[in-house]
Amino acid sequence: MMKNLFSVIALVASSWAMAAGPAVHLDKAPIDLTDKASLQHGAKLFQNYCLGCHQMQYQRYSRTFRDLDIPEDVGMENLMFTGEKVGDHIKNNMATKDAEKWFGAAPPDLTNVARVRGPDWLYTYLRSFYADPSRPFGVNNDVFPMVGMPHVLQELQGMPYKAYETRLVDGESKQVYVGIKTDGTGELSTEEYDRAVADLVNYLEYVGEPTKLESRELGTKVIVFLLIFFVLAYLLKKEYWKDVH
Amino acid sequence: MFKNLMSWIEYRLPFMDKMNLHVMQYPAPKNFNFWYFFGSLAMLVLVNQILTGIWLTMNYEPSADGAFASVEYIMRDVDYGWLLRYMHSTGASAFFVVVYLHMLRGMMYGSYQKPRELLWIFGMLIFLVLMAEAFMGYLLPWGQMSFWGAQVIISIFGVIPGIGEDLTLWIRGDYVISGATLNRFFALHVIALPLVLVILVFLHIMALHEVGSNNPDGIDIKKDNDGSVVQTEADKKFTFHQYFTRGGKKVIVDAIPFHPYYTVKDLVGVAGFLLIFAWVIFFLPEGGGYFLEPPNFEAANPLKTPAHIAPVWYFTPFYAILRAVPDQLFGAIFMFLAIIALALLPWIDRGSVRSMRYRSGLHTANLINFCISFVALGVLGVLPAEGIYTLLAQIFSFTYFGFFILLWFYSKNEKTKPLPVRLT
Repeated sequence: MMKNLFSVIALVASSWAMAAGPAVHLDKAPIDLTDKASLQHGAKLFQNYCLGCHQMQYQRYSRTFRDLDIPEDVGMENLMFTGEKVGDHIKNNMATKDAEKWFGAAPPDLTNVARVRGPDWLYTYLRSFYADPSRPFGVNNDVFPMVGMPHVLQELQGMPYKAYETRLVDGESKQVYVGIKTDGTGELSTEEYDRAVADLVNYLEYVGEPTKLESRELGTKVIVFLLIFFVLAYLLKKEYWKDVH
Repeated sequence: MFKNLMSWIEYRLPFMDKMNLHVMQYPAPKNFNFWYFFGSLAMLVLVNQILTGIWLTMNYEPSADGAFASVEYIMRDVDYGWLLRYMHSTGASAFFVVVYLHMLRGMMYGSYQKPRELLWIFGMLIFLVLMAEAFMGYLLPWGQMSFWGAQVIISIFGVIPGIGEDLTLWIRGDYVISGATLNRFFALHVIALPLVLVILVFLHIMALHEVGSNNPDGIDIKKDNDGSVVQTEADKKFTFHQYFTRGGKKVIVDAIPFHPYYTVKDLVGVAGFLLIFAWVIFFLPEGGGYFLEPPNFEAANPLKTPAHIAPVWYFTPFYAILRAVPDQLFGAIFMFLAIIALALLPWIDRGSVRSMRYRSGLHTANLINFCISFVALGVLGVLPAEGIYTLLAQIFSFTYFGFFILLWFYSKNEKTKPLPVRLT
């Protein structure tokens, strides 16, 4: 009976892992929160390409500048366009009603998007747009089918399309999907584009939890303290319990 | 001078006497093992929740418009606000971890049996209030899962015939979950329920000290003073409060004073617990998406239902039972029965031997069955209720209740092993 129970548990556990897996394969986002240059580049991309529609209404400019080692005057010069104050939240002036009319749904706030979706999802999503003339903005997305968002990074990537190749499969020649390719009209090569997306995702990951590095640093100290405390507490217990037989 | 002051106070309020009674001269069995850490750890987590909670309320705004933003404000703009919030959110999960292990300890060593029934009942009441407290607290961040999780759980009350719909309306204070619900949940979460919780914990400990602590052998350490049990030299070494010898009617054997022996031992448990607790707080505050669920980082949106709504992990064993039953009303009945059955353990278990150490192999197997059923139901409660999962949830609901039914039958005439006279 016990054996049966354990095999059932194993079954549950394995199907659980499957159920948790996403429908589309997600690429691992090559991000590093300690890479200040990458974060700064990500912040610049966000201000230039995302902020028009998406806000970060819980994050302040000053926080981004401080954590990313951007001097305030440099930041205000290069990253703030509409005369906000440095302590303001990163917002745009798009009205929700207009947004719903234009895109079908209001573009979500991106402060916590990396915590909701995860960095791998974002990294794959931004590299999964492809030309689809049936859609209002001419593009569709493999990770988020029928998404209402245009391919705002087209200027960088060029127009991506789904590429097929004729290959021999089991002795028959078939059209095989080989991935998304770009028409080469973008400013960046594929590798450069992937890097730019990674930088942007890195920045989104940072904004999702700006205290992450601080938390790890403080956490290490706390753990070291607790290890010492554990040893001392154990020795104290041993000393007292000498009396107990 | 100081001595005079102390005796002046002592005469009017016997503080030192009560400290001796409950701490310095409280006789605790000397063989407490690993499983006995969780009571003091539950106290530690309660204090953690109260203290971090007080500081969180200083910046939290209980309104549908402001709640989510104020939590983000705490996370980003309040000094160490992120730490307070993670200590509180991780503390909620830690509370259930230690309470579940504490309850399991009671089941392993028969701590609910006579004369500790009332102690067990107070414990179950604490567990119930804790569930209400955690449920209401989870609504406060006003994220998607806060909103929809509360929606699902409140709707459970709607299946009660006749009054169900009115009852859910009364709980929410509105036709949907709204700012009205949030405000009353806030009031209950920060004042009413913690107050009840603290009172129940006080009663739990008073009831414990009246009947005395059980131990892994499940035998009494207070023996009748009729000469059948003789104190050893080691027993005579310690002084216990005269209250526990009932004026010489009892002799106490194999006991040690709670302080300093168990205070220093519990300190080791505290250090071990804090190591794991701190590791989660600082390095995995979301607890893999189980302590803080990803959709909860998105503000509550009544117009957008998440693809998959799962309650927080500590409710999932009971939630799985609810969903396993095809009929909604009976599902809710069985879910409450699952908790009531636990509360009735002192009467379901008709045996007189407490500890599993001296009970039958069947009892040990049955306890293992209970643990597996409980954990499996917990896992299934997280998963969507479809296909094989529903069948599995039905099987494990059956084995969960099977534990109690079997126990009732075999405990009456169980083949137990001979009990030792003294602690081993």
